[in-house]
Amino acid sequence: MAEPRIVVVGAGPAGVRAAEALVAAGIRPIVIDEGRRAGGQIYRRQPENFTRSYETLYGTEAGRAEALHTSFDALTPHIDYLPETLVWNIAERHVWTASGTRQRTIPFDALILCTGATDRLMPVKGWHQAGTYSLGGAQVALKSQGCAIGSRIVFMGSGALLYLVATQYVKAGANVAAVLDTSRFASRVRALPRLLAQPAVLWNGVALTLALKRAGVEVHTGIEPVEIEGSADQGVSGITFDTAGGERRTIACDAVALGYHLRPETQLADLARCEFAFDAATRQWLPVRDGDGRSSVAGVYLAGDGAKILGARSAEASGRLAGLAALADRGLPVDLAEMTALRSQVAGYARFASGLALAFPWPAAQAANLSDDTIVCRCEAISAGELRATVARTGAQEANRAKAFSRVGMGRCQGRYCGHAAAEVIAACADIPVEQVGRLRGQAPVKPLPIAIGEEAE
Amino acid sequence: MSRAEHASDVVIVGGGLMGTSTALFLRQRGVSVTLLETDLIGRQASGTNFGNVRRQGRPISQLPLANRAIEIWRKSKELLGSDIEYLQSGHIRVCYRERPELQGQMEDYADEARHTGLDLEMLTGNALRARFPFFGPDVLAGSYSAMDGHANPRLVAPAFARAAQRLGAAIRENTRIVNAEKIGEDFHVTAEDGRVFRAPVLLITAGAWGNALSAQFGEPVPIVARGPNMSVTEPVPYAIAPAVGVMTPLEEETVYFRQVARGNIVLGGSTRGPSYPGDYRSYVLPQNTLSQLKQIRRLAPALANLNIIRVWSGIEGYMPDSLPVMGPSAAQSGLFYAFGFSGSGFQIGPGVGETMAELIGSGATDIPIGGYSIARFAGA
Repeated sequence: MAEPRIVVVGAGPAGVRAAEALVAAGIRPIVIDEGRRAGGQIYRRQPENFTRSYETLYGTEAGRAEALHTSFDALTPHIDYLPETLVWNIAERHVWTASGTRQRTIPFDALILCTGATDRLMPVKGWHQAGTYSLGGAQVALKSQGCAIGSRIVFMGSGALLYLVATQYVKAGANVAAVLDTSRFASRVRALPRLLAQPAVLWNGVALTLALKRAGVEVHTGIEPVEIEGSADQGVSGITFDTAGGERRTIACDAVALGYHLRPETQLADLARCEFAFDAATRQWLPVRDGDGRSSVAGVYLAGDGAKILGARSAEASGRLAGLAALADRGLPVDLAEMTALRSQVAGYARFASGLALAFPWPAAQAANLSDDTIVCRCEAISAGELRATVARTGAQEANRAKAFSRVGMGRCQGRYCGHAAAEVIAACADIPVEQVGRLRGQAPVKPLPIAIGEEAE
Repeated sequence: MSRAEHASDVVIVGGGLMGTSTALFLRQRGVSVTLLETDLIGRQASGTNFGNVRRQGRPISQLPLANRAIEIWRKSKELLGSDIEYLQSGHIRVCYRERPELQGQMEDYADEARHTGLDLEMLTGNALRARFPFFGPDVLAGSYSAMDGHANPRLVAPAFARAAQRLGAAIRENTRIVNAEKIGEDFHVTAEDGRVFRAPVLLITAGAWGNALSAQFGEPVPIVARGPNMSVTEPVPYAIAPAVGVMTPLEEETVYFRQVARGNIVLGGSTRGPSYPGDYRSYVLPQNTLSQLKQIRRLAPALANLNIIRVWSGIEGYMPDSLPVMGPSAAQSGLFYAFGFSGSGFQIGPGVGETMAELIGSGATDIPIGGYSIARFAGA
């Protein structure tokens, strides 16, 4: 029997551990990654000639980051590694890739999608102005380029990443004006039993809050965002919010980092025609998979935060598990006890993640209260008012229908950044449950594809 | 299960542009209409096509229908109470140097078209490039139609449906038809959920699904479902007014593009993909995207500097002779068809609606449609 052709998409914690399991079984997988260097987002590597230490870059996660990078470097002779390569479509058991204008079609018997996550965003009035970044974007600027997004920065949103990135900025010497969290402290207490599933991670979180306190950063919980102040030519000049006590405040700043936890990058699973189901706890549609990462499509596996947000530690376990499942499904020997242990690890992380969802909830209710002039879809510059008017005028209540009529989600991000919020706006305005709005169908190309593609010979 | 009967003068099956525009024009004549759509209005061929509001290149015998349609496009905003992004910004059709014989065909076509009221201007060499500097060196000659243009297909059929509804048409989405038969004087059209819709006149405008209904009346047709191959770029400053297309006998070379007012450039053509009427889905094959982009680079090399941000397709019904099935049934009185527009129905759509309403309402039309009779497939 010929060696199975296994393609791993993504070289973050899930992809690296999946590839490692395959290599250990004597298989030479193809690892395709958009990044210039392996590591993914949370363990993103700095450019080759940068010399910051692991401790500086990754703090408490330095050991894990270094271990992952070392593992990947050891794998490179045993894999076909395609960095800076986008998988832009999947059809008929082939992935279609683009690297610049170079096109390549790669057949697969098994496909392990470890596509990672991006920020989950809720619009706020003024967020389209220059100087507003996502939390992830703010982190990339720091990790990759060693620069801050502004000279006086406010971090707003909710979730663990809010505190992590703010602390990383403080440590790097940036001027952090405030951290504004929409979740209430009481939610964290309620979530504590679940968060105790990962005491070490929980402690890391507590330590971050303490570090911010020590640095004298203003931290507010239970806030209501009002507006990012500024102008079209000058960009962000401040942020206005209501405190938990109901007091309206404005803090001057020239940059805002915004984010409400993360959302999985599921477009490739969609193009591979995997089934999706609504996840009520986080109010979003996720690809269906079994405990080992098998999707509804034979031979397609989903691991890491690209399938469901369970964090980087879980991604390493679910990536390895998906690799082992792909081997087992091809009749190759695997250590069943190890698979059981990995499933139990992932279950622990899932319990912790459900605690995080409770502690730092997605602020769905904000969508109903967005002023009509708030931009929802930044790519197409469609406001909440225009979206609501479309729903009222045309009766469109389904996500793709509302997109067809209003252009929300029709731009270059294909709704990755506005899709969840737009669904909440539609649901609130049509007075239907958000799951009934459905989800935006993924369309190729996953990211913009040059018309010059294929011009350059392989 | 409910067997409640819903009666009207006309039942239309299929909520694309043909069905919705017929419903509107029937209501203008005071005829009561129920329109039944399996899914949502205008979501397949009518909503996913390129958006060419183009007369030139159509068979000369179809130009009276196309001219009727253009009158409706021009007044669409008032008629529909909604902006369907119709731009009468011209259409240019070009041929390549390696097929010089096509230049002569274009000139012959222009001569004939002039008699039906379609004025075309032939352009070659420097004159062509001065007017349209984006063409590549392979382009030999062009035929320019100033009075053609383009519109936004996603908006058109739903706008017709809303306008028809405002005039009293009953529009029923998510209504899958499982049976249609004539009992006595009336057609009985039965939905999956048991509802029965009854009328003395039945019009089938079900696109790629048309045969499933015509066959129930003993008139099967050899229709094939295909999917258009569409892409769109990111927005760039608005600079290209006309819709642009290539005249060529090769399907792969047949590409076209248009820039919308917002700035995005919509690309269409090259090889069509398969589509799945049973699943109500169609997919763009990646190899078709690549062949389209290659042909677009040949037609307008500067577009190679842009990116496409999305591709899409839909479900279109193609007839073997590329002409629609349009007109009365040859087998059953009171039964009418307008489907199988073979990827060329968008521009004529509103004209088809007005003509079918005229045919149903008055029993006759001056528009020549005899060549589209379903009888041409009898015994096939």
